Amino acid sequence: MTPSTIEIVPTADDRRIARLAAAAIVLTVAEAAIPLPLPGVKPGLANIVTLIVLARWGWRDAVWVALLRVFAGSLLLGQLFAPGFFLSLAGSLASLATLGLAMHLPRRWFGPVSLSVFAAFAHIGGQLVLARLWLVPHDGVFYLVPVFALAATVFGLVNGLVAAKLMQGPVSGTN
Amino acid sequence: MRARLSEWVVLLRPGDWLVLAGALSLCVLSALALWRGGAPDRVVVRAGGKVFAETGLARAQVVEVPGPLGITRIEIEPGRARVASDPGPRQYCVRQGWLTRSGAVAICAPNQVSLSLAGGAADYDSLNY
Repeated sequence: MTPSTIEIVPTADDRRIARLAAAAIVLTVAEAAIPLPLPGVKPGLANIVTLIVLARWGWRDAVWVALLRVFAGSLLLGQLFAPGFFLSLAGSLASLATLGLAMHLPRRWFGPVSLSVFAAFAHIGGQLVLARLWLVPHDGVFYLVPVFALAATVFGLVNGLVAAKLMQGPVSGTN
Repeated sequence: MRARLSEWVVLLRPGDWLVLAGALSLCVLSALALWRGGAPDRVVVRAGGKVFAETGLARAQVVEVPGPLGITRIEIEPGRARVASDPGPRQYCVRQGWLTRSGAVAICAPNQVSLSLAGGAADYDSLNY
């Protein structure tokens, strides 16, 4: 067999990102099994991983992990390029942009919970804008804003607390 | 259990409380702003089937409507309206009291006068509901 002329050597960075993205994908798939009353309201457990990556390795890695999670997660769930995938992508992009700004807040005062709540609100914001422009071109979608906002507050708090808790302990399984 | 709760609370930094308070107030404000449907802003008074007066619901005023039996007095206050007095025998429209929702109607049939609130997101009126 002719030896391949292209050889991709994964760096330590690549391996770490792949490992963290895998953790996020597992959470996405596990979460899909939870029955939820409203489409669009999800705990977003994978964001716990994004928050930890952001705090430990910075924004670039967080973007990689989050976007790999969106693509691979929807591929596994059979949702790739379905409306739900684009909503998820829009939400992720919005929350990554917000995290990029919010991470510069003073760490002493604003912990993972703040970042998580900001990201959750940006996520519903991005989703709603896309939904309004493309899927439901009617102001009726905004009728659900209070429900989404409450969900973002609650799940943002919970995810942020879990991320903060996990970062309290010693680093393990990541090099 | 209390010890477990405090374990979580220490993870919250001062700014986090601020952000949470902001998030909760955003929830409440958006609910108040978006779910206010049915707040009326106009009063329509009809006499003998024709529109007698159509006015805003912002300032207090009294409208006197003449009918076959006499004068029906309609009282308007900010956000609500009622039939204050009517010459009809059974006084149904007077006893209905203040109308506050969009689509609400009070009818003084003997004197051929009706009062209804309009505006906002009126899904139904109180006759057809």
